[in-house]
Amino acid sequence: MSKADVCAAILWTGITLYAVFGGADFGAGMWDLLSGTGDRADHVRDQIDRSIGPVWEANHVWLIFVLVVLWTAFPTLFSAIMTTLYIPLALAALGIVLRGAGFAFRHALPGPVQAPATRVFGLSSVLTPFFMGTVVGAVASGQVPAGGDGDPTGSWIGFLPLVTGALFVAVAAYTAAIFLVRDSGAARDAALHAYFRRRALIAAVVAGAVAVVGVFALHHDARYVYDGLTSWPGIALVILSAACGIAALALLLTGRDVGMRPAAVGAVVAVIWGYFAAAWPYVLPTSLTISGAAGASASLTAVIIVFGVAAVVVVPSLILLFTLAQRQALEYGSRGSD
Amino acid sequence: MEALTLQVADAGNNLLAARNQMGFTLGFHIVLACFGVAFPAVMLIAEVIGRRRGDPEALRLARNWSKGVAVLFAVGAVSGTVLSFEFGLLWPRFMDRFGDAFGIAFAIEGIFFFLEAIFIAIYIYGWDRLSPRAHMLSAIPIVISGIGGAFSVVAANAWMNQPQGFDLDAAGNVTNVRPFEVIFNSATGYEFFHMWLAAYMVTGFLIASVYAVGMLRGRRDRYHRLGFLIPFTLAAIATPIQLFVGDTAARAVADDQPAKFAGLECIYKSGDDQAEHIGGICHDGKVTGGISIPGLDSLLVGFSTGTYVKGLDQIPADRHPPANTLLHLSFDTMVGIGTALFLLAVWFAISWWRRRDIPSTPWFLRAGSVAGLAAILALECGWIVTEVGRQPWIVYGFMRTAAAVTPAKGIWFVFAVTMLIYIALGTIAVLVLRGLSRRWREDQLTHVDDVPYGPPAAPEEAG
Repeated sequence: MSKADVCAAILWTGITLYAVFGGADFGAGMWDLLSGTGDRADHVRDQIDRSIGPVWEANHVWLIFVLVVLWTAFPTLFSAIMTTLYIPLALAALGIVLRGAGFAFRHALPGPVQAPATRVFGLSSVLTPFFMGTVVGAVASGQVPAGGDGDPTGSWIGFLPLVTGALFVAVAAYTAAIFLVRDSGAARDAALHAYFRRRALIAAVVAGAVAVVGVFALHHDARYVYDGLTSWPGIALVILSAACGIAALALLLTGRDVGMRPAAVGAVVAVIWGYFAAAWPYVLPTSLTISGAAGASASLTAVIIVFGVAAVVVVPSLILLFTLAQRQALEYGSRGSD
Repeated sequence: MEALTLQVADAGNNLLAARNQMGFTLGFHIVLACFGVAFPAVMLIAEVIGRRRGDPEALRLARNWSKGVAVLFAVGAVSGTVLSFEFGLLWPRFMDRFGDAFGIAFAIEGIFFFLEAIFIAIYIYGWDRLSPRAHMLSAIPIVISGIGGAFSVVAANAWMNQPQGFDLDAAGNVTNVRPFEVIFNSATGYEFFHMWLAAYMVTGFLIASVYAVGMLRGRRDRYHRLGFLIPFTLAAIATPIQLFVGDTAARAVADDQPAKFAGLECIYKSGDDQAEHIGGICHDGKVTGGISIPGLDSLLVGFSTGTYVKGLDQIPADRHPPANTLLHLSFDTMVGIGTALFLLAVWFAISWWRRRDIPSTPWFLRAGSVAGLAAILALECGWIVTEVGRQPWIVYGFMRTAAAVTPAKGIWFVFAVTMLIYIALGTIAVLVLRGLSRRWREDQLTHVDDVPYGPPAAPEEAG
């Protein structure tokens, strides 16, 4: 395994973590948007705030991590993507700005403007993952030329990119709903637990359906990746993903929270790494390989060292934060049942 | 041929649009970045004072400030993310060629940013939940990562000014990168200290100015007094050191980037015994208006009026920085404000030394209440000097900004939208902070459900 391969794995790890944690945050924003108005909606929003408030900022640092690794380890790839897909990327950035601002301010704003701020927060939670999905879909379908400057519209307005965008939205909503089922269950809030459980089921069915359409889209637009996903080792990860998804669904239907979160996360992670395995050794399928996109050798070493340091320093801190945040959910639970 | 001409014209148009876009978003972010670097230190000092002396007012300040830290960090994280996108969206050719050298410092910055985000959340969460000792300890990673993050980002910028630590192969691609030389390039030292101190000055003077206004309106309780004293003292300590560092930096720029130096000092003709121009308009090879002090520029650069200073006449015209007057006046404004803030700090120090109190005249508080905005103005001017002064280069001596810019269309439109959003964002941020401070004032108890971001309060307090 070359240094470039290690860096690609690091990049993919960052993408995975952003997809799971950042994705759950986006999904929570969608449930916030769909919660409507009234007492129950306030109740739902409170739970969403409790679940994502403490970890929100940290979850989005993964995006910075992905961008930094991308331009340091694979500058050619970064430039090729940026010069082709600048429209969806700019729209995703816009979504990030509006979402961050909406979330940061909505509680502190005076009453009348809180509702619009909340809607901005919710809408941008849909738009950002959608446009990020179109970027991934465009890359998978070989629409990004290795030298950059691809078609700025045709590259991402296509079957696979649009389906991938929809898939990102559905998966984010699904992951978030599962997390919220778990959190409201831990808080012993039976009404909310049932509320999110119903939504998790709907999201699971929608995400599954979009994924099936995605298979056809892959077959149509991204033959290399499709072939990779239908042969070893890609197929193993696809099967793992499907198994995890079914397990999560079964747990959801039987009302058992234990193991549901790992199963749902497993389904998402397996499909992300399935793509990695299927596209390997390409970063831009069939036009740019991992080694071809790699930057200077010492920079790859620097990225690997930085990642090692991050694993030692950041991961324990992050675990501490997640542990404390979970404890908070429990505190609220015990208070709620008083 | 016609198509080519059109393309070149487009690129020129794009260059201006992209520079405006980058300049505006960076100019916005740099203020928030200062708060990210220095505000946690101010907050921690208040908590330490509060705990050590059993001072409830200092603790109340620390608690309230931690929410300010959270709001500003959240907005800064957003505007910082936008910048990461812009590196690629606006300057893809630069990132393509130099990303692997330029990016190393950013990779390190990523760790600090992560730690800061995590520990800010833990710190805010930890009020009433963690033991006092653990809570204070949880702020230390925030302070350290603020400084480390500033170092990394400034190292990347310093590298654009003094690109080192790599070779170019025959095709012009970066090879043989030496990460240590990239990070510790010859401009990193002075740029970092200059920026770090600037962050403490901007943050300190601006927070202090909020309480100076309060005191001028008759709120002279201990809460306001401490709220003024803690940040102001920190900024006042940073200011004299900053004058020294800034002076050193200017001399280093005279050596490292003679075109930038000649531009900001309006030196057209090379030679010794250079006059120092204060103010004035620079055009057509001369300075109109302003004050000229004979020999002073040479004296400042080399401690002797006989020091030779390179002028723009010795530098090819296509390597001159644009907007000479802008550079010159920005530099003078920065130095002028820095000097005024230094005098304010001296005034405060004398009064404190003699009476253990802030000067009793309202004029001191009036000066204190504009010091924060003045510090921001100086910050922006300094940043203009660094960035505009480096033009026409994006990587000094290696790559022109014009060669780095994207050919993508529509940047002016994006720029207009960005302006609108950022103006709204900035206005709302200020209104939110003002709203919080008013609520804190009206109600001695700290509201906890209004935390704009971050976890809700501990149950015993919220109940």
